[in-house]
Amino acid sequence: MARLSGTSVAKLTIRQKLLHLNWEFVLLIVLTASIGFAMLFSAANGDFDPWASRQLMRFAVGILLMLAVAMTDIRIWLRAAFPIYAVCLALLAAVEIMGSIGMGAQRWLDLGFFQLQPSEVMKVAVVLALARYFHGLDYEDAGRLTNLAIPLLLVGAPMALVLRQPDLGTAGVVAMVGAAMFWLGGARLWQFATVAAAAAAAVPVGWQFLRNYQKQRIFTFLNPESDPLGSGYHILQSKIALGSGGLFGKGFLEGTQSHLNFLPEKQTDFIFTMLAEEFGLVGGVGLIALYGVLIAYGIYIAFRARSHFARLLAMGLTVNFFLYVFINIAMVMGILPVVGVPLPLISYGGTAMLTVLIGFGLIMSCWLHRDTYINKRGGTA
Amino acid sequence: MNNRDSDRQRLFTRRAMLLAGGQFGLLTALVGRMYYLQVVESERYQMLAEENRINMRLLPPSRGRVIDRFGVPIAVNQQNYRVLLKAENAPDVSAVLDRLSMIIPISAEEKARVLKDIRRRKKFVPVTVREFLDWEDVARLEVNTPDLPGIDIDVGERRFYPNGAAGAHILGYVGSPRPEDLSGDPLLELPGFKVGRSGVERAFDLPLRGRAGASQLEVNAVGRVIRELNRQDGDPGQDVVLTVDMALQQAAMKRLGDEAGSVVVMEVETGGIIVQASTPSFDPNAFTEGLSPSQWRAVADNERAPLRNKAVAGEYAPGSTFKMIVALAALEAGLATPQTNFFCPGFLEVGDGKFHCWRRHGHGHVDLARGIAESCDVYFYEIARRVGIDNIARMANKFGLGTELGLDTPGERAGLIPTKAWKSAVIGQPWVLGETLVAGIGQGFITTTPMQLATMTARMVNGGKIVQPHLARDVVARGKLATRVPVQPETIDVNPRHLKSVMDAMALVTAAPAGTAHAARIMTPGMSMGGKTGTAQVRRITQREREGGVIKNKDLPWRYRDHALFVGYGPVEAPRYAIAVVVEHGGGGSSVAAPIARDVMTATLKRDPARLAPGANVAGLRAPGSQDS
Repeated sequence: MARLSGTSVAKLTIRQKLLHLNWEFVLLIVLTASIGFAMLFSAANGDFDPWASRQLMRFAVGILLMLAVAMTDIRIWLRAAFPIYAVCLALLAAVEIMGSIGMGAQRWLDLGFFQLQPSEVMKVAVVLALARYFHGLDYEDAGRLTNLAIPLLLVGAPMALVLRQPDLGTAGVVAMVGAAMFWLGGARLWQFATVAAAAAAAVPVGWQFLRNYQKQRIFTFLNPESDPLGSGYHILQSKIALGSGGLFGKGFLEGTQSHLNFLPEKQTDFIFTMLAEEFGLVGGVGLIALYGVLIAYGIYIAFRARSHFARLLAMGLTVNFFLYVFINIAMVMGILPVVGVPLPLISYGGTAMLTVLIGFGLIMSCWLHRDTYINKRGGTA
Repeated sequence: MNNRDSDRQRLFTRRAMLLAGGQFGLLTALVGRMYYLQVVESERYQMLAEENRINMRLLPPSRGRVIDRFGVPIAVNQQNYRVLLKAENAPDVSAVLDRLSMIIPISAEEKARVLKDIRRRKKFVPVTVREFLDWEDVARLEVNTPDLPGIDIDVGERRFYPNGAAGAHILGYVGSPRPEDLSGDPLLELPGFKVGRSGVERAFDLPLRGRAGASQLEVNAVGRVIRELNRQDGDPGQDVVLTVDMALQQAAMKRLGDEAGSVVVMEVETGGIIVQASTPSFDPNAFTEGLSPSQWRAVADNERAPLRNKAVAGEYAPGSTFKMIVALAALEAGLATPQTNFFCPGFLEVGDGKFHCWRRHGHGHVDLARGIAESCDVYFYEIARRVGIDNIARMANKFGLGTELGLDTPGERAGLIPTKAWKSAVIGQPWVLGETLVAGIGQGFITTTPMQLATMTARMVNGGKIVQPHLARDVVARGKLATRVPVQPETIDVNPRHLKSVMDAMALVTAAPAGTAHAARIMTPGMSMGGKTGTAQVRRITQREREGGVIKNKDLPWRYRDHALFVGYGPVEAPRYAIAVVVEHGGGGSSVAAPIARDVMTATLKRDPARLAPGANVAGLRAPGSQDS
């Protein structure tokens, strides 16, 4: 492939851009999502309804959206970063005002045809905004405390809103993604140490603000066997289903624990357990490996990008994707408390699917425009 | 690209590398955790998963029946109609119960219990509203099912005894297992499962119980059955065939009527028990349904002890029915011959004591035949004095008195045959002669059960064969029925001529006009019965009372009246049946017990298969003397 200069990519036609997309990456995404369709088919006891068919349609829409995002000039994304962030923050605030009740916490925004979960989209918006911000800072500037106030606000505002919902899992993910961006953007080590110390000091105070069910989840996580029929039920049943899968699993559609409803939420948060029960260690490790390849690809794109914005964006979105994968799988295996984090590309759910695909679209845009030079204000000079 | 940007890039590359390393490290940790759960701990979780998923449901076997010697079922399983309520099918449980109570009355407590059961269980688990419905109620419910959503009628099994109280002491009854019954058989832990509590039901519980089947059910997280994975049918219980003739048993129970007493009829050649009656009795069917506290008190506090099986657990002084043993002991010891005679003036003075004959003015000269036929007490004082208590006891033991007989149903008592050694060991005093004299007429320390008396009589008239009394045709071996091993019974080492002398004397008891049971002889042509009457005192008659005239039984409170006894056999020429009758506080043996024996023996002989059709083998009955296998 001929090396494309920054300006020349912008002048390509849509047809040529399509030709230059990294299709092997798209193939990996489709492959992973297909595993998801199979698992949703199994979760409905061998039926496309009600989950697999709808997930398939969302994926079809999402993949088109992803390609559109990928082919959009990266400088447009850079310029749109703050406005997008502002819109997402506004949506998140709107959830506070007129959100409907779902799963005991207000997380959905009913758009009539679609229930939008702004907190999911917010993660991408935070990465975009922080990449934009750190892109404009020199190495020396990034170390100054005064320059860190704005990015702190960019992370803090959505976190505060998500915590009010309350959604501990998403708030944690936003915090970790934010931390990764600070790290990549050049914040100094002593600054991280200070924040870590402050956070440790804040734990006892924060405990007071937790709701009872959140405290219970943490207790349960620490000792799930203490109450096998109560709040420890989910974790215990998940471990039983997973462990009983063994090396090769019980076979597609043969997972007894999932099909007899011992496994809760098998189409959303606990779908990995079902996969591991039906396909065993081989299937589970296979999926983790697939995720590993996707993550490695994202990291590779980040290293290949010439502009700091693209590097930060690709790396930040990859970290975001990794956090979804890690937290969800660790949760169903009982090494993290049960927080509502879906398994990306696999769990049933519209917003998460769209958000992940938009994220991949942005990563692919970073690839397509990897040689585009962008100055601090977003120009190509 | 300027220098500043290359600084940023170097920092980014370094830090991004660290971040990437961290990510892959964590993903590797996930794989490690998966390996731990799915390979290292896999077996444990597989077991837990199966426990989650599979429910074993036992299929209780049908309990075996009990059948009498002619093939008549006397303990059967009846269909138990139950009303069940499944809450998930009833829109308003309380309203359904109200409508149900218009068809079968349901008390407020019952309703409260049902509502409580329903609240405690899952919605699809049926709750029993009422058991033991009769057919009429079932029919009325069936007609009204459209108005009773959630109501189901279910058929289970319950034990039923068609003859009710008549067979209660033989059959026993069934009840829920007690903690000590739990032997590890999971059947016993099944709700509603019953085990034999006494009688044949208990002794033959294992063969009657059968083997449980099992159904492996796959259940989901809330316990609803999804499908049956595997089914193993059990074995129904075995039918137990008795030697009892239920029709005769009923006749004997009826003949005893309101008396508290017992009748035992036995085949003399086999020991097979044909009648084992004990009155008053109880209704075993009421026990299966569960007694109310007041019903229980009525049974338990009755002074005539309906729950005691008097045939094997009632211990009575044998009175004069013991005299054959004393006579045999004397004949065997060579201390008397059938011709030896004594003069009876109505009493015998020994040392300071004066021992009375039941006949105040005496019998005059008495030999063995008259001694037994007219039951002269002085005659037996005289020979008992010569033979001594230990010889008498040895003879009594040979005929089955004073020891447990080894019956095939539980609850038998040993009675007591005293010896000198026994008295010094238990009472701590030396034996005195007067006690030997009293023992000579079957009084004093001696006690026997009606079953022992019937066994004694059978062994006396069958030529001394040591037959074992038993109720069931078969025995239990390793939990199953096995054929009774036809061991050739040993013979008691007594001179057959002596047995013959005693039997001849017993024939005179009914045949001779002076015989104590002459009035109760069988007058039906072709039938006959020999025997011996007995009247056992339960109180001491003082010298003062004797002088003023002994108080008549009917003037005494019930519990101070004499026990009336009779032992007998028939027909006289070729004995086939032995009988023992005891009527507690019934009065005289000749006036009360002998007529009962006569009637039961007559009925027995009428039903004798050998008599009805010589040589014919009636179902369930062995030809006498030939023990087929």
